[in-house]
Amino acid sequence: MKRSALRPLLGKTLAALSGTMISGVVWADYQFNLREPQSALARDVYDLHTLINLVCLGIFIVVFGAMFYSIWKHRKSAGHKAEHFHENTTVEIIWTIIPFFILIGMAYPATKQVLAMKDTSNPDMTVKVTGYQWKWEYDYLKDDVKFMSTLSTPRAQIQNKEAKGEHYLLEVDEPMVVPVNKKVRVLLTAGDVIHAWWVPELAVKQDAIPGFIRDAWFKSETTGTFRGQCTELCGKDHAFMPIVVKVVTQEEYDAWLAAKKQGAAMAAADNSKTFGKEELMAKGEAVYNANCAACHQANGAGIPGAFPGITGSAIATGPIDAHIDIVLNGKPGTAMAAFGNQLSEADIAAVVTYQRNGLGNSVGDVAQPVQVAGMKGGAEAAAPAGN
Amino acid sequence: MAHDATHAHDDHGHAQPSGIMRWLTTTNHKDIGSLYMWFAGIMFLIAGTMALVIRAELFQPGLQVVDPEFFNQMTTLHGLIMVFGVIMPAWAGFANWQIPLMIGAPDMAFPRMNNWGFWLLPVAGFLLVLTLFMPGGGPAGGWTMYPPLFIQGGISYDLTIFAVHILGASSIMGSINIITTILNMRAPGMTMMKMPLFVWTWLITAYLLIATVPVLAGAVTMLLTDRNFDTHFFNAAGGGDPVMFQHIFWFFGHPEVYILILPAFGVVSQIIPTFARKPLFGYASMVYATASIAILSFIVWAHHMFTVGMPATAQLFFMYSTMLIAVPTGVKVFNWVATMWKGSMTFETPMLFAIAFVCLFTIGGFSGLVCAMTPVDIQIHDTYYVVAHFHYVLVSGALFAIIAGVYYWLPKWTGHMYDERLGKLHFWLSVISMNITFFPMHFLGLAGMPRRYADYALQFAEFNAIASVGAFLFGFSQLIFLYLIIKAIKGGQKATDQVWEGAEGLEWTVPSPAPYHTFETAPVVK
Repeated sequence: MKRSALRPLLGKTLAALSGTMISGVVWADYQFNLREPQSALARDVYDLHTLINLVCLGIFIVVFGAMFYSIWKHRKSAGHKAEHFHENTTVEIIWTIIPFFILIGMAYPATKQVLAMKDTSNPDMTVKVTGYQWKWEYDYLKDDVKFMSTLSTPRAQIQNKEAKGEHYLLEVDEPMVVPVNKKVRVLLTAGDVIHAWWVPELAVKQDAIPGFIRDAWFKSETTGTFRGQCTELCGKDHAFMPIVVKVVTQEEYDAWLAAKKQGAAMAAADNSKTFGKEELMAKGEAVYNANCAACHQANGAGIPGAFPGITGSAIATGPIDAHIDIVLNGKPGTAMAAFGNQLSEADIAAVVTYQRNGLGNSVGDVAQPVQVAGMKGGAEAAAPAGN
Repeated sequence: MAHDATHAHDDHGHAQPSGIMRWLTTTNHKDIGSLYMWFAGIMFLIAGTMALVIRAELFQPGLQVVDPEFFNQMTTLHGLIMVFGVIMPAWAGFANWQIPLMIGAPDMAFPRMNNWGFWLLPVAGFLLVLTLFMPGGGPAGGWTMYPPLFIQGGISYDLTIFAVHILGASSIMGSINIITTILNMRAPGMTMMKMPLFVWTWLITAYLLIATVPVLAGAVTMLLTDRNFDTHFFNAAGGGDPVMFQHIFWFFGHPEVYILILPAFGVVSQIIPTFARKPLFGYASMVYATASIAILSFIVWAHHMFTVGMPATAQLFFMYSTMLIAVPTGVKVFNWVATMWKGSMTFETPMLFAIAFVCLFTIGGFSGLVCAMTPVDIQIHDTYYVVAHFHYVLVSGALFAIIAGVYYWLPKWTGHMYDERLGKLHFWLSVISMNITFFPMHFLGLAGMPRRYADYALQFAEFNAIASVGAFLFGFSQLIFLYLIIKAIKGGQKATDQVWEGAEGLEWTVPSPAPYHTFETAPVVK
């Protein structure tokens, strides 16, 4: 039997079963099986899963058919008298050896797939993906395009204050964009704790481990938007760092890349500008809500015992250099990340200004991108000595 | 019956403290067995309540009941307490009560260490529950305690590590005691290959504990020093490796799952022959299968880590070794069915739970086989499919076997029959609600819902709602069990010595309830 022929078989069986179970309920909401595969590898995995399920189902029917037959026929209440056999070496040998051969039959396709999955050689392009609490960073290594991708579902939907949208918790501000039919190698690492990057339709899941780089690959055969989520517990907002991969044609990809490069040039220009307080406060609020509010809360109160508040805190109302320093470099041993390599200098200047003059604080001073840049250079120079 | 008079006489010879001191100072294997069981029962209610908090939050998408930080504390403590505070102590309780009775020994080999081993447990349990009242709340890094996440937390994470150390010390004491008792204190004629299968499975379990618990202690000690003394075992910036923790943890963790399930195999192998009125089929192959599973359990640990990015050769090795476990496990299932075949079966509550065990544990075994296939596992790793898998082997596996064992031996322990009608009600409610709770989780995992999520996308709403309804039904059904046990302790129909028509073995030769001291003169086994 051709492997791909197995797939609809199980799907149909399940559909028939569930159709009788839940007739009258909207079908689309009951997904019983793996999602529709979008790459050759994902299709193989799907078929392997179907194959194992059918083997298991067969064994289950034989073994438990025998058991329930026995339960029915060999009841004391039906007057059955117990026989006293309790050993048979031939039978024991048979039911040790048969499963062994079934397993070999299953291991063969699985082995081929493992080898295919691990083969990350000769990619068409490479993207470095870094997990942070709680967002993903995509770095298109050869093209100097680098951006953060954060959950775009409004907090109000999570708190049940607004109706939930179609892609609730599965939508981001900046999706990863890749061309169709190209072998994309992803390099995975993390900045704080272990995360895992998963796109079910493309059968790719790889842990992102701080301090190490692992790789995986995928090659989508269709265009479309595929949604996945972080699959390694990474703290309180583990459920709120989805992955969205937009697979587009080569032309669309080229256009997207060009627009991204232009955007990056404009953002770089911001880093040498001097901003007014109003501008910094407005920008700072947006940066704060995207990067800080998850722990320190949108109102700056924090969560007592777990995450310190910003309102009235010694750092946010103390010397500005110390404030910039902790945002740049984080606090080791806690969930406070080093944002120096996640946010631009303009972003850090804005968020520091916002924390000092918003959220119930009114220190009055402002931070400028150049000031942040100076400290960033200084911190990097001092780092080897400090460690 | 001749024993009776001697026992009554002997009891006068001991000056027994009364009240709380009786329990604090007891060195009697039956008292300590009961203490273990009550401890497991209380912790079951606590960790079960945590499970209901989890299921209440997951009833609908969005955050309604708790915030994600507290949700993670619930999943972490639910896992830690269920594994270390419920299933393991319950099996230790069975070991204490039953092993001396089944091998014809007067007590455990080291009665005072037995007392100490038990009384460490409430301390550890107290520490674990105490974490919830610490600044920042309880540990929220998952029961597997993976760094670097586990390095980030506050004081409660250190308390958790201490609790795990204490639990480990208790387990090791218990294991040494069990091994020594079994190897040295069997009645004349009770050769190794005549031992009841429950004794065999516990002997092998005890060896697994001694081999792996120190490994866990080492892993959490490294976490402790990474957290507090600036070591960098698991910190890449200091030359360490966070994945090393996972290797060490699962080198303990995989044998641990067999520590939880092997005694269950033993209990079921006692119950099925009794109610089929037919000897266990393939006794010797059951012993060899148990030993094979135990040995294999040491070389499969990295199948918990197929997504960390191991080389292909490592992935293949752990896939093959994991698949191999299906062979001895299959032998066990076939032997149980062959034991029932052409027996003369009755279906009292212990038998019902034992049959449900064979059937549902096998479903957990099949989903285990699915997880063993590396390419498929990469899709379902850390999703609800895995949650479904390990709840099938731990709830309808380990827990159902514990419940079956309690019903089976309760008349021997209390001297009274439990209420059979309520027992059957408890069975049917449990088995139905258990499947309502955990079967839909397979679909959730396949469709892409990751585990340890406080909130989820809309397409997962229906199955989550079904699972939550099932969980509450399952949780409240267990109150029937508690009521039944208390009722049987207080009174009820008097149990005979043999209790069950088809029961065979030394424990059924002593009176019901079993006197405080048994087998002071060793019985002779033919």
